[in-house]
Amino acid sequence: MVDQTADAPQEQVEHLTDSEATVRYLTEKFPDVVKADEREGFEGVVIDRDHLLEVAQVIRDELGYDYLSSATAVDYLGISDHLEMVYHAYRTTGGSALNFKAQTPRENAELPSLIDVWPGVDFQEREAWDLFGIRFDGHPNLKRILMWEGFHGHPMRKDWHEAYYEQDTKPYDSRWPGGDVLRTEELNVFGKNVSYPADIDLSRLNDESEDALYSGLGLGVDIQELDEGSELKTDRLVVNLGPHHPSTHGVFRMIVTLNGETVETLEPVMGYLHRNHEKIGERNTFLHNMPFTDRLDYICSMSNNHGYALAVEQLLSRGARYQPPTYRAEVIRVLMVELTRIVNHYWAIGFLLNDLGAFFTPALYLIAEREKILDFFEATAGSRMMCNYMRFGGVFKDIPERIHSVANLMNDQVRDFNTMQYLDELINERIPRSIEELDQYLTENEIIKARTQGVGYLPPEMAVAYSAAGPLLRASGVPYDVRRADPYSIYDELDFDVAVRYNGDIYDRYLLRIDEMRESARILQQILPRLERTMGEPIFAGNKQHTPRVPVGEAYGRVENPKGELGYYVVSEGDEKGPQNPWRYHVRAPSFINLTVLGQMCKGHKVADVVAILGSIDIVLGETDR
Amino acid sequence: MAEGGFGYGLGILKGMGVTFKHFVNTYAADIGYLLNMYSDRPGSGTKFETRQGLKARGMYTVEYPDEKLAVPERFRFVPFLIVEDYDHEERPGHDWCTSCGICAKVCPPQCIWIVRGTNPETGRPKPEPEAFFIDIDICMNCGYCAEFCPFDAIKMDHDYELASYDRTTNHIFDKQKLSKEFRYWRTIAPTTAVEEMEARGGWEHTDVIKARKKAEKAGGKAAAKSKPKAAPKAEVKPAADAAPAAPAPVAEAPVPEDDPNIDPKKARLMKKRAEMLARKEARKKNK
Repeated sequence: MVDQTADAPQEQVEHLTDSEATVRYLTEKFPDVVKADEREGFEGVVIDRDHLLEVAQVIRDELGYDYLSSATAVDYLGISDHLEMVYHAYRTTGGSALNFKAQTPRENAELPSLIDVWPGVDFQEREAWDLFGIRFDGHPNLKRILMWEGFHGHPMRKDWHEAYYEQDTKPYDSRWPGGDVLRTEELNVFGKNVSYPADIDLSRLNDESEDALYSGLGLGVDIQELDEGSELKTDRLVVNLGPHHPSTHGVFRMIVTLNGETVETLEPVMGYLHRNHEKIGERNTFLHNMPFTDRLDYICSMSNNHGYALAVEQLLSRGARYQPPTYRAEVIRVLMVELTRIVNHYWAIGFLLNDLGAFFTPALYLIAEREKILDFFEATAGSRMMCNYMRFGGVFKDIPERIHSVANLMNDQVRDFNTMQYLDELINERIPRSIEELDQYLTENEIIKARTQGVGYLPPEMAVAYSAAGPLLRASGVPYDVRRADPYSIYDELDFDVAVRYNGDIYDRYLLRIDEMRESARILQQILPRLERTMGEPIFAGNKQHTPRVPVGEAYGRVENPKGELGYYVVSEGDEKGPQNPWRYHVRAPSFINLTVLGQMCKGHKVADVVAILGSIDIVLGETDR
Repeated sequence: MAEGGFGYGLGILKGMGVTFKHFVNTYAADIGYLLNMYSDRPGSGTKFETRQGLKARGMYTVEYPDEKLAVPERFRFVPFLIVEDYDHEERPGHDWCTSCGICAKVCPPQCIWIVRGTNPETGRPKPEPEAFFIDIDICMNCGYCAEFCPFDAIKMDHDYELASYDRTTNHIFDKQKLSKEFRYWRTIAPTTAVEEMEARGGWEHTDVIKARKKAEKAGGKAAAKSKPKAAPKAEVKPAADAAPAAPAPVAEAPVPEDDPNIDPKKARLMKKRAEMLARKEARKKNK
């Protein structure tokens, strides 16, 4: 259906680019409802909110935008005083985004829910409700998702101030030249910085969140169910898996309704690691955000950096004096990102096997391999995990000549390697060998097969509809990889295959990660000669500025993170000269959105499989909860 | 599934083979390590390097704290302030920081507080910090302050063992606690220090280099260009070649008679100019 109708607009206007043609098609088809976004630096269309559902249906069915990548809200308080929901939809056949928006007043904000068109919007609409207070008409489960039920206010609104609020934007005035040092918690803990609703009585505070979670789940044993149907009497039981459970890879919680041992419903509960990363991001200057992105998916900080750098570079490229990153910078970026992918898959596979009961031996072997890559990161970027390596227009520093340490503390043992030799040996020998060994180690293992084959099946249509990304999507037979579908950096000149598997179960996700590691090793082998060829070339184009003025507009930068599609939606607004701080900074976190489909995947499986299915999605809570 | 078939269990055995290989490798190499198999002969690297390098087979733990992995040069932990060596001939213990405030502005968690120094006589700002605080609980070790400091005055430290029993009193580092000799920086980051020296044009602080160059220029003019130009260069060079841990910095250029520090107005102008030049230099360096 999708393929037949997708070429309808192209027949009409062939000389326009894909997105322009789409915009024209939509504005002609719905003349009063859809308007092209005319604001400076903005693109796509603005859809009248009463007709959003209708137009969304057309966008999906007639235009073929079957994959909704991101849905997020922006508060334009003080600019146009409305809330705006921004959607980015893609075709799984590849190509650029269709960016469509719907606006609503700030008071009684309400929009139609798109959950029937793209079920993957579920958590993202809940997030928009939670953080911005937009009600989604037709959403079946519109609860807070990151904050707790009963939380006062919607924290991402511009007029909401956090505790210890100091100023709207950094740098804060108190730091220099006055330098009035103050520990944050000394700022009067329960004083003027914390706001309570007028009618609250602190002594009678009641946590409603637990009641809200369990309502409708059927807590405890349902007596009537006991005698129905089956010959084996089973109790219906609600079990909390997590938040403090080693198999949840962090503080993640699943409320599982069990019938005997079979999962009937599963509801993910998150937000235990929520720190409102995006609000912090709006206080920060553009550059300040770079080290904060490290802390999202803390296994793959390099690729987090890359996505953010791409988004801001998109904005900067509209300015007059922008110079794109040099070729060497791009080469180094790809080197780092692909090494990160291998690091992540080592970790993901190691801990998936852990969840399956191969307790820590495989994980430890892989962690030892990972350490070799982290040694290189540490020598180049200065930190093993919090790399903070990329800058707008280049990278922090060139690769050092030697991976070299200096004894400083007592008992320090030094090492000294030639970096290029180290990389050469790492990429050509060590990594391929470890991948082969991993493959040999557990792929044929009968216990692993019995536990994983046919478990957690995700059909391709559902994977696309639920906006699943990365290995989860590709193991279901959808060959969608941002590096190929919408190439960035120098990926279009590199030779690699998009790994894809077709069974959509845990076993295939495991195999797919091994395939991807092989492909990454292949890319790295092509990067090495490029690295040698560009030796000594500049790694930075133009001046390195610490507070660049970023031209007004919006940008959506996305990369194929090891865990899936990582997108940054950045809006630069509010200052004629070009703001120093982002107006809106949103992270489309693959770990978060991949969880949308978890409940569907677990339905009908045994409770012990839930752990394995969660492990096969590969989440990191730093990114899920933001 | 092949339950009960002839091949069932082969996959498990294959996996056990890998485990066994790791087991044997680890022990074999460990015995070799004990028997000094990897000697410190030239070309083979140190024992530790081989064990914790790419050639290693098997699993090895670094037995902290009896042995520690020394961190590479670019490693970044809580920043410190560079002051002139305490046995420096002219300005021992003088801050390199000019309290320009860039580090405080570029700090993502805003953990740096600087009190800009003022000249008590004129009441105007002087290029020295009166106080400098870093809340190391908040510092996220991103390294921006060191990266963007135009005077190379704040650097990331390598000492990561900062645990203490009381965070309320110990974890706001003041200027005294933050200050470390320039010599220390040259020890922990020898190649980076050389790179920075080349960008600055000498081992001294930017201001000193500029002042000296200006003085030389003025002196040269006064002496009607009688002095050969090679002299100042020769003074910089040996410093550049000096071993990183060399104890004392090389002798300064002769102090010009009309010391600019005497006249505050002139000193201010010079400082301004020096700062401007330094910024230019930093920009050039970043290219």
